[in-house]
Amino acid sequence: MTEPIIQIRNVTKRFGKVAAVDNVSLDIMAGEFFVLLGPSGCGKTTLLRMIAGFEVPTEGQILIDGQDMSRVPPNKRPVNMVFQSYAVFPHMSVADNVAYGLKIAGVGRGEREDRVREALDLVKLGGFEDRMPDQMSGGQRQRVALARSLVMRPKVLLLDEPLSALDAKLRAQMQFELADLQDEVGITFVTVTHDQDEALSMASRIAVINKGEVAQLATPSDLYEYPANRFVADFVGSVNIFEGKLIIDEPDKAAVDCPGLGKVYLNHGVTGPHGADVWVALRPEKMYLHVQGKGKAVEAAAKDAPEGHNFARGQIKGMSYLGDITLFEIKLDSGAMIRVSRPNLSRHDQEDFTWDDKVSMHWRADSPVVLLG
Amino acid sequence: MAEQDWKQQKRPFAAVATVPLFWTLIFFLIPMGFVWFYSFGRNVGLTEIDIVGTLDNYKRATEWLYLGIFLKSLAVAALVTLICLIVGFPVAMAITFASEKWRPWLLLGIMLPFWTNLLIRTYALMIVMGQQGYANSGLGALWNGASWLKTLVGLQPLSTWEPLPLLYNNFAVVVGLVYVHLPFMVLPLYSALDRLDKSLIEASLDLGAGHLKTLFKVVVPLAAPGIIAGVMITLIPALGAYLTPDLMGGTDSQMIANVIERQFKRANDWPFGAALSFLLIYVMFALIAMQGLRKKTGEVR
Repeated sequence: MTEPIIQIRNVTKRFGKVAAVDNVSLDIMAGEFFVLLGPSGCGKTTLLRMIAGFEVPTEGQILIDGQDMSRVPPNKRPVNMVFQSYAVFPHMSVADNVAYGLKIAGVGRGEREDRVREALDLVKLGGFEDRMPDQMSGGQRQRVALARSLVMRPKVLLLDEPLSALDAKLRAQMQFELADLQDEVGITFVTVTHDQDEALSMASRIAVINKGEVAQLATPSDLYEYPANRFVADFVGSVNIFEGKLIIDEPDKAAVDCPGLGKVYLNHGVTGPHGADVWVALRPEKMYLHVQGKGKAVEAAAKDAPEGHNFARGQIKGMSYLGDITLFEIKLDSGAMIRVSRPNLSRHDQEDFTWDDKVSMHWRADSPVVLLG
Repeated sequence: MAEQDWKQQKRPFAAVATVPLFWTLIFFLIPMGFVWFYSFGRNVGLTEIDIVGTLDNYKRATEWLYLGIFLKSLAVAALVTLICLIVGFPVAMAITFASEKWRPWLLLGIMLPFWTNLLIRTYALMIVMGQQGYANSGLGALWNGASWLKTLVGLQPLSTWEPLPLLYNNFAVVVGLVYVHLPFMVLPLYSALDRLDKSLIEASLDLGAGHLKTLFKVVVPLAAPGIIAGVMITLIPALGAYLTPDLMGGTDSQMIANVIERQFKRANDWPFGAALSFLLIYVMFALIAMQGLRKKTGEVR
């Protein structure tokens, strides 16, 4: 395994008495698309700004390519940043913007022009050299900011909420483009975002930050399928969480008794003391929904769980049709609410269910996640 | 929407605008018109002026004696503006980058002199700069201290302290004008710098530029509208300054406004005073027109 390109060691940043970043340690590997994900005010941007050198850690150390950055000012660091507002210089043409860093670095005219052209081609802005920033759209300005950073060939490119100012369509397109671009240039990307879709679609690894601490560090699919705690389960994706007690915990099976949901059976062990208070997280899309007693309706039980487990009954109290899926709000017989989503596999799928229908649901034994914290 | 409604409602708009328009007309434009007519007139008797349409007054105003004072006033005003810019820019930067808590107090500090009468401020400055003023007595104390230190190590003492002539000369006029006009420079600079997106500065640092390069390649060009506004708002009143050169200047440091005042009062030559006044106004118009022209070409670019 190669040496991490960025090592964050026990970094704390306090503003007054408040710790925006609290004893964070992270290693970011060369060539990664690393995402810092968290709600606003969680400290992710502060962490990014400390890597760039705009904030100085109160405690701890940041190493870039093995070098301690404690006393290195932003203009001497081998990283470049794409700002949330893009920060494209409004008084310079696109070409002058992109050439700015090269001019300062003393790169000769010939090489400079070649590299500027190359960088603009990379972000698909060839031919825009003489445009002024105020003649460009937000998406184009962002490409200028990208080219201006990439032309410096940094070891790490830092992106602060790169897609937040774009409209939904453009954002989806840029997610793919950024990932492709990162693949093409091979530079390590570190991105800050509060948008979980953005993080899941682009990242090779994600650090979820909550209240200045790393809540979980994992690949996108692990983060979604194996959240480490309630915060991550709830923040990444949509989830139903029920409180319960661990009643069986063996190497190959476990069961949790949830007053709200019923008995939940898992086909793998959980490391927790018997009788412990735990939480069961169940994603809305991981449940099978059936109408009770309506024509050919069946009440299927989970096949891989003992009788009476992984099964619940309720009544539909709310529906939102989202096109690809329909989202149901269901009041369980216990009185608790649960959200279940259902793909609309055919054009008329959503018509099978309606308000106040009695329904039942079951789920597979490997679907629930037991959370200890 | 609201703006369009307001634009379509012509009658209430006219009702609101009429009073100040009349005020300007009656108390500014009409008297100025009189003075303008006087500038083409001739004194007949002690109080009577004949408007004869002569250009003699303007001819006399451009004689070397007056033109020299005119040019000197322009030079003094330009120097004052330059000093204000050099001193005011760091001050405006400091206020812009001060913490939220401090900023209002710093701005208050800049505006505080406006709450004091110009005459009182000028006399206060004269107390500081006089022969026996704080500046001289402070420097004298330092001088005597140094002299005493020299005797302590067995050297000859310094000669006795001669107070510096800080008042009643051109130096005093420049200091006085800088003191009075500094806030006029700082406020537009501050407003321009405050509007500047701070991430542009960070972007420049991020791309490898040092602080000085960032200042001259990013901050100054983007603050240019504020710099021009500050220069105009300082240069024009400094050019017409009357009180400061009158009180703080010596016999050789009169500016054009002092000459104009003399024509209207002691010399009782209103037509000539009017011609001098309008010459000054024409210069100011030219300065403002130059700025307008610059703005237009800037927009085309």
